[in-house]
Amino acid sequence: MRELRLHGRGGQGTVIASKLLAVALFLEGREVQSFPMFGVERRGSPVTAFLRVDDLPLKLRCEIQEPDDLIVLDPTLIGATDILAGLKPGGRILINTDLAPGDFPQLLERAHVSTIDATGIAIRHGLGGKSQPIVNTAILGAFAADTGQISLASMCNAIREEVPIQIDANIAAATEAMTAVRHAPMRPAAVREVARA
Amino acid sequence: MKKVMIGNHAVAWGVRLARVEVISAYPITPQTQVVEKLSEMCADGTLAARFIKVESEHSAMAAVIGASATGVRTFTASSSHGLLYMHEMLHWAAGGRLPIVMVDVNRAIGPGWNIWTDQNDSLSQRDTGWVQLYCETNQEVLDTTVMAFKLAEQLSVPVMVNLDGFYLSHTAEPVDVPDQELVDRFLPKREAPYKLDTENPRAFGALVRPDAYMEMRWLQQESLQQVPQALAAIEGDWQRMFGRSYGAVEAYRAEGAELLLVTSGSVTSTARAVVDARRAAGEAIGLLKVKMFRPFPTALLRDALRGVPRVAVLDRNISPGHGGIFAEELRSALYDLSDAERPELFGYVLGLGGRDITPTVIDGIIEQARAGIAPGREDLWVGVNP
Repeated sequence: MRELRLHGRGGQGTVIASKLLAVALFLEGREVQSFPMFGVERRGSPVTAFLRVDDLPLKLRCEIQEPDDLIVLDPTLIGATDILAGLKPGGRILINTDLAPGDFPQLLERAHVSTIDATGIAIRHGLGGKSQPIVNTAILGAFAADTGQISLASMCNAIREEVPIQIDANIAAATEAMTAVRHAPMRPAAVREVARA
Repeated sequence: MKKVMIGNHAVAWGVRLARVEVISAYPITPQTQVVEKLSEMCADGTLAARFIKVESEHSAMAAVIGASATGVRTFTASSSHGLLYMHEMLHWAAGGRLPIVMVDVNRAIGPGWNIWTDQNDSLSQRDTGWVQLYCETNQEVLDTTVMAFKLAEQLSVPVMVNLDGFYLSHTAEPVDVPDQELVDRFLPKREAPYKLDTENPRAFGALVRPDAYMEMRWLQQESLQQVPQALAAIEGDWQRMFGRSYGAVEAYRAEGAELLLVTSGSVTSTARAVVDARRAAGEAIGLLKVKMFRPFPTALLRDALRGVPRVAVLDRNISPGHGGIFAEELRSALYDLSDAERPELFGYVLGLGGRDITPTVIDGIIEQARAGIAPGREDLWVGVNP
């Protein structure tokens, strides 16, 4: 079983992102369970969503405390909320930002870090407004390329099934993000000390 | 056809497949998407039902009572304070022997104001004469919603299908949507023996004097007593046609157990994972899922628990001043067993107002119950920070 947690802000499509990924994984024959952090969602406020995936039927029906992967749709949440809470050692973080993974040295001590400018991609493809772009499909394209856990074809099929408008633009955004994602492996602090010595 | 869907949409699909003819409902978190999806289906014509908009839950139930009395299939859904506001009308539906099906998305009662899950809303309605069924998965929600109509119409009793707020209502998972033609064969159009009909006028709801009132209640009780057997037969048909059934009570890995957990609703699923882990470690621990709370499946529970040394009941509810409600009813059901056969019963109250029930929490209960630690009271609170 793998467990994923998504962090975003109300209006970015965080909960839909978790559902889209669930549908894509389901189309590949996996068992899935996707749910929002149970609460009240408001535009701009922090939103958390979860996804469980396994080859066997899922039994756990409780919140995810120790995720394997994180997707961060809004980089301003880093520091504002404890996004690393419970992340398994050696876990992966994918961040929507125009910065490079190396610009997050503190995160790299705890996890593998990847970055994608999903906001730029979403704006270029006319997804949402410029002040409130909907970045979910772009970041999922990056997730597909970065983790290999899901194919782009399945991601696009999930978009066709679940997204009511701008299907072509969303698919184009996911596809562009596939090639634009940047990755850096974890650099544990201890290893860095040794290198310095 | 399998689709990834939230529990609230599984409800709407069940209602659509049952070809419900009149719906009236008022939205309330966490039930809102049931109402949204059904009104969407009525608007786009995929469900040929009349959707009656109302200003409150009391009126919603009143509207479906009126519609059901004309002989059509009816549905409503609510949650928490909405269900409480319906309370008077719940008695009218049951006393009037109207086969209304409703879904309650289990949510705590305020204050403290809380939108998260527990079972106090539906369990407060336990003496209204409604059948109560509690679901564990979104598939079970869809299947049970359809089967509920057959059960209700067969015995002229209203049925309340319950699902946990958020843990099911807002959680998306794969659900098999049965073929409409097969469901039509399983559940034909409702045939009402008595109905409001201008061609054949009758009076309903007239004054009933002491010489007849008690017989009405007795007949209602007789019908409710037939529910476990009727549900078993209906589930048998469902199993043959769709390959799935659940049972009013289900024993899971209970063979030779020294301790059985008793659960209802979505926590059952997490408890299965805990039982699997314990069994893998060679421990004799099993599970009993109670799906039917009204009528209380006394005979089934006695059979399932006879001779089991210890039982730990997980109650996501509280009867203030008494204890967990499933535990209290189960104690009374087991009273008539002989001393040698009667399990030692521990009643745990947990997960109120949506507090998360994790495997760690359930493991803690297992350790406590196995050690036989009971501080001289029937309500053992789990995870409370005094």
